[in-house]
Amino acid sequence: MRDPGELAGLIEDDEARGVFRVRRSTMTSPAVLAAERRLVFDASWLYVGHESEIGDPGDYVRRTVGGRPLFMARGRDGAVRTFFNTCTHRGATICRQASGNAKVLQCFYHAWTFDLSGNLVGCPDEASYGGTFDRAEHALKTLPRCESYRGFVFGAFRADVEPLDAYLAGAKEYLDLIIDASEQGVEIVPGSNDYTIRANWKLLAENSLDGYHALPTHETYFKYVADLERESGRTIETSATGASSSYLQAGIARDLGNGHAVTEKLAPWGRPLARWSPLFGEETREEIAATRARIAARFGEERAVRMCDNSRNLLIFPNLVVNDVMGVTVRTFWPVAPDEMRVTAWQLAPVGESARMRAKRLDSFLTFLGPGGFATPDDMEALESCQEGFRADGVEWNDISRGMLRDPRPVDELQMRTFWRRWDALIARGAAVPA
Amino acid sequence: MIAASVDQTRVERFLYEEAALLDGWRLDEWAALFTDDASYVVPSNDTPDGDPDRELMIVDDDRERIFARVKRLKSRHAHREYPSSRTRHQVTNVIVDDGGDGTLRVAAAFTVWRFRNDRADFYVGRYDYVLVPGGETFRIRSKRATLDMTSLVPAGSVSIIL
Repeated sequence: MRDPGELAGLIEDDEARGVFRVRRSTMTSPAVLAAERRLVFDASWLYVGHESEIGDPGDYVRRTVGGRPLFMARGRDGAVRTFFNTCTHRGATICRQASGNAKVLQCFYHAWTFDLSGNLVGCPDEASYGGTFDRAEHALKTLPRCESYRGFVFGAFRADVEPLDAYLAGAKEYLDLIIDASEQGVEIVPGSNDYTIRANWKLLAENSLDGYHALPTHETYFKYVADLERESGRTIETSATGASSSYLQAGIARDLGNGHAVTEKLAPWGRPLARWSPLFGEETREEIAATRARIAARFGEERAVRMCDNSRNLLIFPNLVVNDVMGVTVRTFWPVAPDEMRVTAWQLAPVGESARMRAKRLDSFLTFLGPGGFATPDDMEALESCQEGFRADGVEWNDISRGMLRDPRPVDELQMRTFWRRWDALIARGAAVPA
Repeated sequence: MIAASVDQTRVERFLYEEAALLDGWRLDEWAALFTDDASYVVPSNDTPDGDPDRELMIVDDDRERIFARVKRLKSRHAHREYPSSRTRHQVTNVIVDDGGDGTLRVAAAFTVWRFRNDRADFYVGRYDYVLVPGGETFRIRSKRATLDMTSLVPAGSVSIIL
């Protein structure tokens, strides 16, 4: 009988036959989780936060990244740093509020005090160490690597990861589409959704860009949008070049390198940036048209269609999702156990947009997204249902073959295969070398 | 300092009846309690004082969205709630104040239990209502359910109405 902790042969990838399968033990085995903490999470760039969350020197936010308590801070020198949230003395957490601004953070246990650049600036009765005490040796420990791409801050737990810019590979273009469309850049809106899903974390990586599930799982959402159009007598604005009669069948899916993937399509919902929907009200028509015209003037019509009309679901391996849909959500997640994950999600918005459009954007987000939205709770149910099904232990493989023998679309499964191929390469590479 | 409102008993009775409608999944009757300009709001756990026009909420419904939410929950395709969970809305610590404009401002504590497939989830927090007296009863102009939990653990979602 096969050992459920076995790390080899977890994927069957047969391009010629068009078959791609993943063993369900990847979702249930504690040994697999232990391996992926070391070989996937510790070997990848992980999203920590956005620079807009710590705009001023002294600003900080507490974060859990890949399951580890950290915090991100902007020092007096203006630099953004990511720290392990633990006192270098005896371990207590240093950053004990979710966010704030401070000149120093003091460990309450023995009152060691650190500035926001991590320097140890206070140690009660330091002379008792006998004159050998080196403050520099006891500075707060930063992550081995911390880099940002246009405001998106990532950290890595190993120093030998490739530079972030190279790591992000083709995913950068898709972050650019969001960032460039905003004349003054983008920012995280206050308020986050912080929740648990009793399912393996990789199920959310799959689900976040799975076009195939949209119609069956989210039928109630699409009915809601159709009701909005019918009751208002108005349809969602669509440019001639972007129009499609078969919304959810169209679009593309792409492998962006290094495990990152994206789907892009015209979807049946409005977009607060510049695609009018009855949800936004007649009073916003002019403002949205003006925004769209400015974007077309800056980038040309073809790129404007992508920025304004199209929706994108982007996965940055292993655990960052940026879905640019009826709002822009930034979502990260990490495993608590093989059958449990924690999720934090934010909303990203253009800096300096009008108060009216900000309100509409927030409203639009909630129609689908978040723990009280008309769709996300059903995704959670689907993932938990899969996890429950895995407990049956009577079926060994998940099938992720869809679309292998054609140009992949969002309703195919290239996105998941892209994730799994990278995941399997990291697991296999590490499994060959003892820890 | 304490001037108990003459409306205390009637307001409490109204809140208990609202809770019974929710626990009985009589959602059409529940939605009918709201005024035309109504709102039903659940702030995010980390922004309990959040303004729906400026901060990310969990729920921010106007009357149309309240009815849409009810329609969705009654369908067989709201998978998180089909089959429906069993819930118990417990309302206590009711404080009634005169809104000064013909309305009543009501604060209360709530514990909402949700049970489904051997799983127990809870929601604990504070209700803030603006009630409009009308005839023998009240209508709800706004209902805000502010959660005390620092995250949606263990519940995950707010798939029921709080």
